Amino acid sequence: MIAEIGLAALWLAAALAVLQMISGALALRTRAREGGGDANPMAFYARPAAMVQAALAVLAFVMLLYAFAITDLSIKLVATNSHSAKPFIYKLTGTWGNHEGSMLLWVAVLALSGGLLAGAERRLPERTMSATLSVQGFVALGFYAFLLLSSNPFERLPVPALEGSGLNPLLQDIGLAIHPPTLYIGYVGLSVAFSLAMGALITRQVTPDFAKVMRPWVLGAWVFLTFGITAGSYWAYYELGWGGWWFWDPVENASLMPWLAATALLHSVSVLAARDALRTWTIMLGVLAFSMSMLGTFLVRSGVLTSVHAFAVDPERGTFILVLLGLYIGGALALFAWRASSIAEGKRFTATSREAALVFNNVMLSAILAIVLLGTLYPLLTEAFDVRVSVGPPYFNPASAIFAIPMFLVMAVGPLLRWKDDTPRRIQFELSLIAALLISVVSLVAILGDYAILPVLGLALAVGLGVAAFLPLRGRKLARVPVAVWGMVLAHFGVAVALFGMASESAFTQERLAAVSAGQTESIGGFDVTLESVDPVAGPNWTAIEARLAVSRDGGDAVMLAPQARNFWSPPQATSESALITRWNGQLYAVIGDAAGVDAAGNARWQLRLWWKPFVTFIWYGGLLIALGGVLAIAGRVQVDLRRRTATRLGEERREGLRALGKGPKAPEPAE
Amino acid sequence: MKRLAYIVPLALFLFLAGLFAFQLTQPKDEFVKSTMIGKPLPNFALDPAAPGLAGASRADFMNGEPKLLNIWASWCVPCIAEAPQLEALAEEGVDIVGVAIRDRPEDVARFLERYGNPYSRVGADEISELQLEIGSSGVPETFVIDGKGVIRYQHIGDIRADDVPTLLEELEKAS
Repeated sequence: MIAEIGLAALWLAAALAVLQMISGALALRTRAREGGGDANPMAFYARPAAMVQAALAVLAFVMLLYAFAITDLSIKLVATNSHSAKPFIYKLTGTWGNHEGSMLLWVAVLALSGGLLAGAERRLPERTMSATLSVQGFVALGFYAFLLLSSNPFERLPVPALEGSGLNPLLQDIGLAIHPPTLYIGYVGLSVAFSLAMGALITRQVTPDFAKVMRPWVLGAWVFLTFGITAGSYWAYYELGWGGWWFWDPVENASLMPWLAATALLHSVSVLAARDALRTWTIMLGVLAFSMSMLGTFLVRSGVLTSVHAFAVDPERGTFILVLLGLYIGGALALFAWRASSIAEGKRFTATSREAALVFNNVMLSAILAIVLLGTLYPLLTEAFDVRVSVGPPYFNPASAIFAIPMFLVMAVGPLLRWKDDTPRRIQFELSLIAALLISVVSLVAILGDYAILPVLGLALAVGLGVAAFLPLRGRKLARVPVAVWGMVLAHFGVAVALFGMASESAFTQERLAAVSAGQTESIGGFDVTLESVDPVAGPNWTAIEARLAVSRDGGDAVMLAPQARNFWSPPQATSESALITRWNGQLYAVIGDAAGVDAAGNARWQLRLWWKPFVTFIWYGGLLIALGGVLAIAGRVQVDLRRRTATRLGEERREGLRALGKGPKAPEPAE
Repeated sequence: MKRLAYIVPLALFLFLAGLFAFQLTQPKDEFVKSTMIGKPLPNFALDPAAPGLAGASRADFMNGEPKLLNIWASWCVPCIAEAPQLEALAEEGVDIVGVAIRDRPEDVARFLERYGNPYSRVGADEISELQLEIGSSGVPETFVIDGKGVIRYQHIGDIRADDVPTLLEELEKAS
């Protein structure tokens, strides 16, 4: 019954998406013909259709969640991805730890944000709103079709299975509870930005008001993407046991590219909102951001690229997503090519203005995006000529640094500039401060030791940027600084913190690989690590060997660490559970490997791998700060918005009252 | 000019979409081919994998007769699936040299007792040394070695019934 309710809800939601699409489009047609006359009676349905659709899609997702919670083995998806002996939390998270379930989550979030847009957004011109909802319905319809026709999550087995085959052990981790849903919300939020951009392009209403409507969606999506990538990076760091935090793997890149596009979009939409400039550029980025999230889905699901993530891939599904990609992105870009020249150019600005700095960084972000895209797709390109290559850090790191370094420099200075026109002389003090910081850090590190060029530059930029992030607050009354500005300061500071972590990790990490027997001690980064014993342990669905490590620093009290090499039995797979000691200035990372024969005395030896990673945690603290900055920015904008709405309402009431008394102005001035 | 700039994204996208479409239609080859094909076997001498068996060395491949070199292990399930095909090849008169990867003598003996022994020799490769040197990335894999010890052909995965004629043909070519 559960599965059937879910399936029916999905079909109904798909039907409502059709209604939403048609109703929105009809609203446009009649208005265009009659020149702003009465709306088509069908036009009314777009908003309610979006809202009811949201409820239905969420219902479908809850049904699947329930089926996983009770391990309903008559449903194929549950039988192939779950197991009755799995811990309850992982039964739930297993709902989206597979292709069908994750696509259902995607669709549910998509419908939910469509419903929210339809229900809450009243600022846009009605025509633009109709066009937006129509596009949103069209996008949703494609994903419903994908789900229902090629990846039905509610498919029944003819005979219920006796036991499920379990979830990939790597995914049996709290990381799965957080990482995919946040990324999905981010991806889907970009679809709303995309629909809004299309709506504005169709009705030629690329205005600051439109930008103000679009901004919270972009910001929201961007916050979730930031958080999702940060969480995913930390998850990979401690779960894979390789000691790395970013591998330039195609699937990681697939999440990074929408983030880069969204970051650029976020800044350009702010320029549009504040200064009415960068109109076509904002629309272009709106399309680009969503196309990157769709491209990510395509690369991940079609299996055209090889990745450590090894999703259940299926070329047929790949074809389906490619068709959707062609339809939406091809369509949007064609519309852009046709319409963009009819959008009037925005306001002008000089080369030394805040707009110019933002444009420069937008271009740099786009260039980094192009570098990542090229690196990710290059193997695909050469494979067409039968050459197999794999592209890794030796390409990505320096190539992206070429654009990232000037970007960070401009990022330090940009917020200090005034809108429209400014002179460097006005911010002389700030400029010299930043330059002095950069030079002193580079020379200091150069004296201390011999390090690679990129980490050294990274450290210097991190320090310079960290200080520069707070300079916009100089000379202002802190209590009166708008919340959104605090958001910017915090996010920029977060970038500096993360950059510091990255540079420090790559410059100062120490690594030690040794075969040790019980009682032996290894030293790394000032820690003494003693292997006390190696014992077998068992969990609910795995067995493991667990090493007991006594770790002490400078002869202090020992802390116990227990890294494990686990063997799951359903499905059979080995994972390595790293153990970490976190200090304020870094992490000790320990992994136990295979048995490594016996030593001279006949004691069993084990492979032990240790890393001391100074300030590595700053990478994720920085990520969290960036996301928090985004949250503050949204809060600030919403606060201003609500205040303005209240003021408008009060003003209108007052005018009403005046008019009633016969004293008011004939036509009320539009409130700002 | 400006108009043209607006068309660039579309053109780029169409190019990428075309590339994806092309790649989707290509059969996906998941196997890692050895780069050692056409090259002579490296020097090696492996101890017998179980008591009563003959060990394997490079010299065994130099007598002018083409042979099969079968990489397998008692812990490998597809190796059980390919056992009947190896048996059939042995009955055709093919000389098969086995190399047991990361195995224990008692397990090897038990496996051969249960699923048959098509091998003339079985060497023990405890740390995958030979396996890596000849460019094999998994178990089971089967190589055709000609009479001068040169690797001629690589079969990845278990040998199915319809792979037997191909292997016989490759052996024919190598002689």
